[in-house]
Amino acid sequence: MSVAPHQPLLRVEDLHVEFSTEDGVVHAVDGITYQVERGRTLGIVGESGSGKTVASMTTLGLTRSQGAQISGRILFEGRDLVALSDGELRAIRGNEIAMIFQDPLSSLHPFYKVGYQLIEAIRAHRDVTKAQARARAVELLGLVGIPDPSRRVDDYPHEFSGGMRQRAMIAMGLANEPKLLIADEPTTALDVTVQAQILALLERLQRELGMAIVIITHDLGVVAEMADDVAVMYAGRIVETAPAEIVFGGPEHPYTWGLLKSIPTLGGSREDDLVPIPGTPPSLINRPSGCHFHPRCPYAQPDHARIDPPLQAVPGEPTHHVACLLEADVRRRLWAELRAGRLPDEALAAAGLPGEPS
Amino acid sequence: MSARAGPEPSPFGDERAAGSPAPTAAAGVGEPLVQVRDLVKHFPITRGIVIRRKIGAVRAVDGVSLEVQRGETLGIVGETGCGKSTTARLIVRLLDATAGEVRFDGEDITTVKGARLKAVRREMQMIFQDPYSSLNPRKTVGSIIGEPFAVHGLERDKAGRKRAVQELMETVGLNPEHYNRYPHEFSGGQRQRIGVARALALKPKLLIADEPVSALDVSIQAQVLNLLRDLQRQFGLTVVFIAHDLSVVRHMCDRVAVMYLGKIVEIGSGDALYGFPRHPYTGALLSAVPVADPDAPKRERGLLTGDVPSPANPPSACRFHTRCPKAQALCSEQEPMLEDKGSGTRVACHYPLTREEVAEIGVRSAR
Repeated sequence: MSVAPHQPLLRVEDLHVEFSTEDGVVHAVDGITYQVERGRTLGIVGESGSGKTVASMTTLGLTRSQGAQISGRILFEGRDLVALSDGELRAIRGNEIAMIFQDPLSSLHPFYKVGYQLIEAIRAHRDVTKAQARARAVELLGLVGIPDPSRRVDDYPHEFSGGMRQRAMIAMGLANEPKLLIADEPTTALDVTVQAQILALLERLQRELGMAIVIITHDLGVVAEMADDVAVMYAGRIVETAPAEIVFGGPEHPYTWGLLKSIPTLGGSREDDLVPIPGTPPSLINRPSGCHFHPRCPYAQPDHARIDPPLQAVPGEPTHHVACLLEADVRRRLWAELRAGRLPDEALAAAGLPGEPS
Repeated sequence: MSARAGPEPSPFGDERAAGSPAPTAAAGVGEPLVQVRDLVKHFPITRGIVIRRKIGAVRAVDGVSLEVQRGETLGIVGETGCGKSTTARLIVRLLDATAGEVRFDGEDITTVKGARLKAVRREMQMIFQDPYSSLNPRKTVGSIIGEPFAVHGLERDKAGRKRAVQELMETVGLNPEHYNRYPHEFSGGQRQRIGVARALALKPKLLIADEPVSALDVSIQAQVLNLLRDLQRQFGLTVVFIAHDLSVVRHMCDRVAVMYLGKIVEIGSGDALYGFPRHPYTGALLSAVPVADPDAPKRERGLLTGDVPSPANPPSACRFHTRCPKAQALCSEQEPMLEDKGSGTRVACHYPLTREEVAEIGVRSAR
């Protein structure tokens, strides 16, 4: 369904976002580059504090008012959003690019009816009468699967269940048929059965409307089901990016391995212990030297504390980029061992690497 | 911490009929640690400010019977509002039951009061979901973990208490030198370790973990899950583990109970329940779990429609019939009892799933 792929819908180039605080400068986003093609889904995975939300909010100019220092380019259909004025950005936000947030209860205004809030979103960008906007609001609520939409349009947010509120948020996001929908943890607050409904809804709407989706989540299961391409973020950087099959089938970054080995699986054996990533995510004010992951990496070598690895294409895989100082063949040996159920120490020995004296 | 002699491991596979009359014999090794019979908790809904009239009741827990064997981990899963946390709070008497009975170590504790209740509570401890709001921000970690000693008048001498607390900190993987720090100086995973240390202080027989990892990041979640499993092995703890994440429950639990609107709809060993779910709700839950494998078949599966009905006004007979793809007339007329349907679990369903249906709805754990 994609049109001319030579100009991607969204291209983020070397984006940096920093916040000055009393404690020092927070390097929330530290030089990330990615692109999203029309009609495709990019999954951004990372833990809290990895910069995934800040990066996306910056796309919509939502970090400007918080005193953020922004550099780099965010090209949406060739226009640099970073350079636009607030007014120009407002014409794009909610119109060509829409965002849905994690917590639907605090993202809807409790004093206003759901329908009123939808009508507001429509009339902000379309010159239509209230009656026309209301008809569109009812249509949108029906589209996202709210039963009896012509009655529920006059409900207040508290009269909706959690799943229905998230559907209402999606309806609001879709109000102006955006080309790009940014979904920040859209199902994290929801139960699994409702999560499955919402993900199926997003997939259906994407097929019908042909929009691109950026889905931000910490849940690798959600990413595996939704995303065409995946970017793994750690400490404000993208450490690995590739098509989803590659990230799950042949990941090359030790952090990605750590994430995959630390989640229990439905069909897995109970005897296998989980292999957690040691330590905690670093402070974004005083980041570790060299490779930011080295203090938690079981395979780190002494010089990894000095050298900062760039995001580079994996030899022989042009769509797969990774920021790791280990040699490609060492990485493949390590992953083969881990995949066979060995622990990081055993994998280290098998790959012939000296263990880090820690 | 000196390891307490663990109780004899009991045969977990033994699916005792929880609905049958309880043996009234004194506490023995073969007897379950916790026996819950026909437990009911209704929260009144009132109207009026000066004159409060009761106009209804939220039937949060509505006839739950289960047993927890010594040394096993029982998982309770279900969606928000299904009554899983209320069940746990009833077992530890943080709430008083409307009806029914909770027996702990052979003793009926449903209505015990005062000193006896305090003595019983020493034997059962709880770990809470939110490591931020469950620790007092004005107290040091040392006094938070030492609080149970103070409450129960143990380790009265200061040096002895400090030593005991530091041993606990070591056990859960915290640096004992951080004794005088405050909760805000710790990360989420470390705070949850503080909660675990506090729960272990009195060497309880029963540990109730209510969503202990759902507030934590993925990489930290695994650390805390491994800690809980190690401690259980080390101290022979009996654990009731409540979570909405079915993969986590699979990993942690010997037996699993699935709740829907205040009732248990299916209960059995983890292997049996995940391998061959019989209740359509269990099947729907399992098929809804996203799996970190892009090669897995895409979701064209048994998605449930609609929302969970209100527990203030639950559907008649089988409470799942309004959303069940297999519902027939009988389901709205006669309530199904928890029964063995020959696949290792006990299930409350008139028309349980067949193997073909389980495959059809895409349950990835099916065997």
